[in-house]
Amino acid sequence: MSVRRIAQEQPEKFEFNAENMIWAEELIKKYPVGKERSAVIPLLWRAQEQNDGWTSEPAMRKVADLLGMAYIRVYEVATFYTMFQLSPVGKKAHVQVCGTTPCMLRGSKELIEICKKRISKTPHTLSEDGDFSWEEVECLGACVNAPMIQIFKDTYEDLDEKALEDLLDAFAKGEQPKPGPQIERTLSCPESGLTTLTDVPDYVPLNLSSSASDVAEAPVSQEEASGEILTAVSSVATEEKTTEKNEASSKENSSADKSSDDLKSAAATALSEKSSEGKTADDTVSDEDRPEYLDGPRDGNGDDLKMIKGVGPKLEATLNALGFYHFDQIASWTRENIAWVDNSLSFKGRIDRENWLEQAKKLASGEETEFSKRANYDDAPKNDAPKGDK
Amino acid sequence: MLQDKDRIFTNLYGMKDVGLEGARKRGSWDSTKFFINKGRDWIIDEVKSSGLRGRGGAGFPTGLKWSFMPKESDGRPHYLVINADESEPGTCKDRDILRNDPHHLVEGALLASFAMAAHTCYIYVRGEFIREREALQRAIDEAYEAKLIGKNNVHGWDFDCYVHHGAGAYICGEETALIESIEGKKGQPRLKPPFPANVGLYGAPTTVNNVESIAVTPTILRRGGGWFAGLGKPNNTGTKLFCVSGHINTPSTFEEEMGVPFKEMIDKHCGGVRGGWDNLLAVIPGGSSVPCVPAEQMMDATMDFDCLSGLQSGLGTAAVIVMDKSTDMIAAIARLAYFYKHESCGQCTPCREGTGWMWRVLERMVKGQATKREIDMLFEVSKQVEGHTICALGDAAAWPVQGLIRHFRHVIEERIDQYAANPDPDGAVGEPVAAE
Repeated sequence: MSVRRIAQEQPEKFEFNAENMIWAEELIKKYPVGKERSAVIPLLWRAQEQNDGWTSEPAMRKVADLLGMAYIRVYEVATFYTMFQLSPVGKKAHVQVCGTTPCMLRGSKELIEICKKRISKTPHTLSEDGDFSWEEVECLGACVNAPMIQIFKDTYEDLDEKALEDLLDAFAKGEQPKPGPQIERTLSCPESGLTTLTDVPDYVPLNLSSSASDVAEAPVSQEEASGEILTAVSSVATEEKTTEKNEASSKENSSADKSSDDLKSAAATALSEKSSEGKTADDTVSDEDRPEYLDGPRDGNGDDLKMIKGVGPKLEATLNALGFYHFDQIASWTRENIAWVDNSLSFKGRIDRENWLEQAKKLASGEETEFSKRANYDDAPKNDAPKGDK
Repeated sequence: MLQDKDRIFTNLYGMKDVGLEGARKRGSWDSTKFFINKGRDWIIDEVKSSGLRGRGGAGFPTGLKWSFMPKESDGRPHYLVINADESEPGTCKDRDILRNDPHHLVEGALLASFAMAAHTCYIYVRGEFIREREALQRAIDEAYEAKLIGKNNVHGWDFDCYVHHGAGAYICGEETALIESIEGKKGQPRLKPPFPANVGLYGAPTTVNNVESIAVTPTILRRGGGWFAGLGKPNNTGTKLFCVSGHINTPSTFEEEMGVPFKEMIDKHCGGVRGGWDNLLAVIPGGSSVPCVPAEQMMDATMDFDCLSGLQSGLGTAAVIVMDKSTDMIAAIARLAYFYKHESCGQCTPCREGTGWMWRVLERMVKGQATKREIDMLFEVSKQVEGHTICALGDAAAWPVQGLIRHFRHVIEERIDQYAANPDPDGAVGEPVAAE
C-alpha cells in the first residue's frame, strides 16, 4: 500500500474555469441520476490538469461540493489513486519513469539515475528552476517498448540514456518532442519490421440480410444443431432429475458440454457433423453410468463431504440427494460415473478440476488432505459458505 | 503458426486507417444487425461453441459468464463493463486494440450488451492511457454519428457506450474493485458472493469482461464459433495477442494461435533471445502474477492455459517476460514484490502487511544479507498470504516469490554464502530482523 499525504502548503482556493464547468456538466450526465459521484475521478483529473498538474486540497473540496460528496470521500479517492499528484510538479515536465521489472530488465535504472542527476535527488521534488520533477511509477503498460517514460499525456518509448538526455534537453527548451518510440519503429511492431499482417486478404462482406430465408450456411446449421441437442438432452434429463431446478441446470450444462465436445473433435469446418457428434456424446451419459448410491448414510452417519476441497454445504446437499454420503463412494467412481455426476451438478468439470477422487481416497483411508487439515484447524471459510459456517 | 487470413486484429500497428471507414473495410460492423436479429441465445451459444476463454488472465469461458446474467430484468438495468485497466506488468495488448482497432471493441460492446440485455456499457480505461482513451472516444463518437449505437440506432437495440477512466491503481483491474472505482470510491475489491452478475455496478446485474474478449466476438460471430474453435488446441482455442518483452532481440506485440510453441514464437516474432538460446535463464510466461519458469522447462512449452499451468505457472494475459543470464533473478522478483506492495489496496491484512514484508526480505536477499532458514520462512509467509485475501492480489503477490524459491533457491543460497564469507563492513548488521 502506498501511503500518500497532501502537501503542507496549499493555495487559498480553486475554481473550475468556464470551459471546464460546461464539460463537467456534460460529464455528470453520463452516469445515472443519484450516482453522480461516479464522476469524481474524471473531475479530479480535470482539476489537476487545470491546476498545473497537481491536485490541491481546495480542488478536492470544490469537486466534493459539485458532486454533493463528503470532503473525506474525495480526499480518500485523491490519496488512493497515485496519478493524483499531491504536491506541485515541474512546469515543463513531470517525468514518470516506469521502473517495474519489464522496464528494469531493459535499463530503467539508468534512466532513474539520469533523473536524479539532472532533476533532483529525490522523487516528487522540484528541480531548482521549478521546471522539472520526476518519480518512479509502476508499470505503464508499454512493456514491449521498454524502457519508457510518460510526460503529461504522452509516452516516450524505447529509450536509452542518450535518448532521455535529448528529451530532457528538448523539454527544457520548451519544445514538444515526438511521442512514441524514439527509435526507428512503428508502435509495438518489431523493430526489424513486420512479421505478421503482410498478407491480409481484402475483407469480403458477408451481406447477410436479416431475413431468415437467405441466411448463410454456418449460422443456421449451428442454430438447428443446438436446438436439437437441447431437446435430446432434456428428454434424457427429465428421467433422471427430481427437481425442476436440477433439470434447468442440466440443460445449461449439456449445452456447455456440447461446446466442449465440439472442441475435442476440433472439427471446425463441418458444423452439421458436429451436431450429431454432440448428440452421441450426450447420449452416452445415461442411467447406466449412475454410480452406486445409497438410500441413506450407512449407520445413519454420513462423512463430512465438505472436507473435499470444492464441496460446500450446497453441493454436499446435492450429493446427498443423489445418494452419496461417504468418501469411499466418491473414491470409487469411474470415468463414466464422473460424467454422470458432473451432468447433475451446476459446476461443470469441478470434479476433475478439484481432483475429488484423489481427495476422497485419502479421506476415506483416514488420511488428511491439505484442505481438510486447514478446514479442521481454523474454521477456514468453506467453499460457497459464509465465513464461520460449518 | 497463424496465417494472416485468420488474424482478427488486422490493424494492430495502426498502419492503416483507424477511423470508421477503414474499420468497415476490414470487416467491422458488417452484418451486425443480422446477428442481433438472431437473438440473445444464439449469440451466447455461438460464443460458447467458439470455446473463447476470457483474455484478462483467469481464462474463464466467456460465453458461460454471459449466461450467468439474469434472463429477464427484474426492473434493475443490466450493465456491461469492459475492463481496459490494463496494468499487469508485461501486458500491453489492450493498448493496441484501443488505439488502433477500437471499432472491434465498440461493435463487440454492442453485441455483448445485447446478449446480456444491457443498454449501457462503461469502458474503464486505465488513467495512464490518455491517448488511447482519446482514440477510443473518437471511435465511439463515429459510431454514434453513424447511428450504429445510441438511441434509435440502425441495429434496433438502444445502446449507450461511455468511456470512464481510472487514475493509476492496478487493483482496479479486479472486477469488483473496478466497479467500486466507477461508483466513485477507492478501488477496494468486494467480498463475493454476491457476484457482479447479481449485484454489480450500482447494485444491478453486471458482467465485467476484458477488452480482448469483447473485441474478438464480432469476428467470431461473422466467421462462426467453429472457425475460432478450430484454431489453437482443444480447451485452448482461438487466437491471442501476445506481448513479449525483456531480453529478446525485437520485443513486440502480435497475434498468434493459442498453443503456439514458445521457441518458434520467439524465433519468428522476436528475433530470438538476446545472445542465443543458450543464454536464456527464465521466462515469466503470463504477466508478473504467474511464477517464473526456468529455461529448460520453457524450451518445449506451448503457449496455452493448460500446458503452462502444468508447469506450475500460467498463461495469464499472455505477457511473456524473457530473462537472459545477465538477469539478477532475485532483484527481478524483488522488484515485482515492490510492485505488489505498492499496489495493495490495504483492505486485507495478510496482503497489506505481507506484500511489504516479502519485499523487504527479498531486498535483503538481493544483497545476501539473510540467513538460509529465512528462505523457508519467506515461502511459508507467502503461503499465508495466498488464499487468505478477498481478491487475487494476495495470490498474485505470493506466486512470483514462490516461483523464485522453487526454481532459484540455489541462487539465493549462493548469494547468502557470498555475503557471509565477505560481509560488507559498512553495512554490517546484527541479526537481521524480518519485520524491520
